Amino acid sequence: MKILVPIKRVVDYNVKVRPKADESGVDLNNVKMAINPFCEIAVEEAVRLKEGGTATEIIAVTVGSSASQEQLRTALALGADRAILVETDIEVEPLAIAKLLKGVVEKESPDLVILGKQAIDGDNNQTSQMLAALTGYAQATFASELKIEGEKALVTREVDGGLQTISVNLPCIVSTDLRLNEPRYASLPNIMKAKQKPLDVIEAVSLGVDIEPRNKTLKVSPPPVREAGIIVETVDDLVDKLKNEAKVIT
Amino acid sequence: MSILVIAEHDNEEIKASTNNVVTAATNLEGDIHVLVAGSNCSGAKDQAAKISGVAKVLVADSPEYEHCLAENIADLIVAISADYSHILSPATTNGKNYMPRVSALLDVAQISDITAIESSDTFERPIYAGNCIATVQNSDTKKVITVRTTAFDAAQNDGSAEVVDLQESHNLGISEFIKEEIAESDRPELTSADVIISGGRGMQNGDNFKILESVADKLGAAIGASRAAVDSGFVPNDYQVGQTGKIVAPNLYIAVGISGAIQHLAGMKDSKVIVAINKDEDAPIFQVADYGLVADLFTAVPELDAKL
Ligand SMILES: Cc1cc2nc3c(=O)[nH]c(=O)nc-3n(C[C@H](O)[C@H](O)[C@H](O)COP(=O)(O)OP(=O)(O)OC[C@H]3O[C@@H](n4cnc5c(N)ncnc54)[C@H](O)[C@@H]3O)c2cc1C
Ligand SMILES: Nc1ncnc2c1ncn2[C@@H]1O[C@H](COP(=O)(O)O)[C@@H](O)[C@H]1O
Repeated sequence: MKILVPIKRVVDYNVKVRPKADESGVDLNNVKMAINPFCEIAVEEAVRLKEGGTATEIIAVTVGSSASQEQLRTALALGADRAILVETDIEVEPLAIAKLLKGVVEKESPDLVILGKQAIDGDNNQTSQMLAALTGYAQATFASELKIEGEKALVTREVDGGLQTISVNLPCIVSTDLRLNEPRYASLPNIMKAKQKPLDVIEAVSLGVDIEPRNKTLKVSPPPVREAGIIVETVDDLVDKLKNEAKVIT
Repeated sequence: MSILVIAEHDNEEIKASTNNVVTAATNLEGDIHVLVAGSNCSGAKDQAAKISGVAKVLVADSPEYEHCLAENIADLIVAISADYSHILSPATTNGKNYMPRVSALLDVAQISDITAIESSDTFERPIYAGNCIATVQNSDTKKVITVRTTAFDAAQNDGSAEVVDLQESHNLGISEFIKEEIAESDRPELTSADVIISGGRGMQNGDNFKILESVADKLGAAIGASRAAVDSGFVPNDYQVGQTGKIVAPNLYIAVGISGAIQHLAGMKDSKVIVAINKDEDAPIFQVADYGLVADLFTAVPELDAKL
């Protein structure tokens, strides 16, 4: 089976980003970039399916500028076999990304597409569901367990009330939640090997879909700041403050 | 044109998040209709009809909607979408699952997790774990929106809407519900609780959460957790508060043995009053706490329990 893993280059999760002073956008000057953590989980899951003998080929794909080749190389170092960059310099929205990914799905005909549930920059949580809608494939989002059983995938999903298990026909679209696996680190030899693996670049325009943004960001502002609080010395003080100052307990 | 709100429910009851979304919808122009899609969902239907501000309740009561499979619900919503300028759902795991599917089928963008409505096409939403608030203007003819429920008060329940039964059947047949493990609890739901006490890695194991339970019993609180506590298996996944878990904003949030990573703060920093109990005085959680107590939780929490 062939697995396609769409990944995204995002600001590293440890960075606390801020709006630009003029509120025209997010200040991304000199911040550390990384592969989106949920995408790392997606790559890891694909690699485990290959190691377990279920998958035969893993293709990592990203939509973005040429800088995203760095994250594709990371995916290759983690175990993807080859990579595709769908190159564009405009900031593409989930709907457009899903349309471009659909183009790649049509070329590659994967049996399984594993995405992250959410990119931690825009916090959209949309692309996998949109790709499922556009391809007509079944979707299994927020996966914490994935088993391939013949022509179906059995997926346990993290939902608000607990866990839900569904069975979906292949080919299908899966999105990863945090508990699906713990991604490995790329070893130095694998990082070296990744440099030799194939990485194709295709122009986004060549896929012939409308990728014009529908949303315009009018401004990006800082969130309301919380007033600095106080340190109480004892549990008695705490209970007193909660009762008599904050009045949140009786 | 009217506004369509997709109800969150368990067939028997409407979830409070539906009421929050109805309040959000009152910031837009047009009648508010609520869709209840489920199976044997007359309980939910009756409650939906009582939500203040709702003009009409549409009911699709059929086995294929029982488990809220995204494919079936999305097709249903698309089939009835023509009359609506805005389609809104709560940003629950259900809403997050079917709404992007709806928007792709309608070829419109989705605006996720909005926290304010400026006009019929302009919305505020947090990005980067809530470290920035983006104001976005959408140019599509139909707006497909998920709503951060903590940003809007819950609508009252003193209305009486007209109820219309839909004869819509949608079953793509490519996915199938197998089973569900839903935790039964007498405690309030995390996302609508007045008081929450959450534990982190500092709790050390699942057994130790008992000391939080005892406090929660006295305060009528829900229990939450950090990702570290969930990943370590102390508590189930549905306890996770944060950027990628549940977003909460209770009157009182007590963080116990939680360091206060960006991703955790993203889920709770809009709480009215925040208390942090942590033995490390440099823990970032103290930067957002109204009341911080630098102490070992294993002595502080039982003491707190005794004094309540
Ligand atoms: C993609 C991604 C998504 C994430 N999403 C979330 C999310 O939604 N929610 C979330 O919470 N995290 C999330 N995280 C994880 C987050 O980055 C932190 O790792 C996590 O919140 C840490 O949990 P913690 O505070 O319990 O653990 P730690 O950071 O290990 O903190 C434990 C704290 O307990 C204190 N402590 C220990 N023992 C005691 C004691 N006896 N008495 C008092 N205090 C004690 C310590 O001083 C310390 O401050 C995410 C991370 C990533 C990469
Ligand atoms: N530019 C992109 N290129 C490839 N995949 C992407 C891109 N953006 C998002 N994705 C995938 O979609 C997932 C969810 O992203 P989002 O819908 O933006 O929250 C990510 O974890 C990726 O797997």
